[in-house]
Amino acid sequence: MNAAQMADALKQKFGDAVLETKEFRGEHTLVVKLASAKPLLAYCRDELNFDYLVDVSSLDYMGKEPRFEMVYELYGYGHLQHLRVRAAVAEDVEVPTVSDIWPTANWHEREVYDMMGIKFSGHPDMRRILMWEGYPYFPLRKDFPLEGKPSDMPDVGFTKTAPMADGPFVTSAGTGDTVTREPRSRRPAE
Amino acid sequence: MVAPADSTVAAYDSKVEGNIIFTKMDAAINWMRKNSMWPMPMGLACCAIEMMAAACSRYDLSRFGAEVMRFSPRQADVMIVAGTVTYKMALAVKRVWDQMPEPKWCIAMGACASSGGMYRSYAVLQGIDNLIPVDVYISGCPPRPEALLEGMMRLQRKIETEHSFTEQKKELIAELTA
Repeated sequence: MNAAQMADALKQKFGDAVLETKEFRGEHTLVVKLASAKPLLAYCRDELNFDYLVDVSSLDYMGKEPRFEMVYELYGYGHLQHLRVRAAVAEDVEVPTVSDIWPTANWHEREVYDMMGIKFSGHPDMRRILMWEGYPYFPLRKDFPLEGKPSDMPDVGFTKTAPMADGPFVTSAGTGDTVTREPRSRRPAE
Repeated sequence: MVAPADSTVAAYDSKVEGNIIFTKMDAAINWMRKNSMWPMPMGLACCAIEMMAAACSRYDLSRFGAEVMRFSPRQADVMIVAGTVTYKMALAVKRVWDQMPEPKWCIAMGACASSGGMYRSYAVLQGIDNLIPVDVYISGCPPRPEALLEGMMRLQRKIETEHSFTEQKKELIAELTA
């Protein structure tokens, strides 16, 4: 059974919980409801032999409702098929952990919590993994500036704002084409 | 090739038996210090690879008396901060620096350690000189081993100009001359 057939089988098995199935350049994606994401993922591992959870990540669609989206990348070493499962997550909603299905999700979900601020219910160790405990922000959210925000925890860690203006490596994202975005185009003509 | 500064040129009288050398106390101490700098390799990123290359046979840091890499800060003289200093690592670097005994020097090797480099980001300290005093900055991303050798030689020149004895034994000298 290839990934397309498995996506169809999941669509039949879970019905309305599967909102959408997409195929793009041979990659198959299922968009599912958050409530049925965990049973669907458990079914993928137990019945469809997706024994490898490649990655757990999250997206921030700031300004849209629901704001966040979880992404699970699945792979099976028995059948060598890849499947992506996505589920929209509203702000302040806890996502059921999948670390009891694939133990590797433990650290992936900690990273999602650290960077995006999505909490996982039932997780055995819901702590930050990259930034230190007590850091007040979630740096990968769209409303967090790349240069950072100042923070200070004496004897634990501190951050300052990194200067962004006119640095030699700074491109102006979102303005003009790729030529005018480059720092060298802002250099005065000689 | 770095010519020795005038202050270190010692008078040598070959007529006196037993090889007696006349020099200033500062010059003698500085000469000993600069020719046996024991680096503390604070390797944090790709600069550390170049630092290792500088210490290996092809570039041979031991020609300048700095081959004794000490992984204990208590035995080291000069800290080579080689690589990107993240905020999470920054206080560890500071702690290692605080454990090094005086006199001690610091080399910021590469763009990241000097200024944050290309990482203008929430996670990266914008130059290790925000936390500890730096004696020599080495440009490059990463610098070649020759650049690190040049930085070591610059640091040797800097050590030559220090008033190590008169500064550190100020009170003792005042007591003796009173």
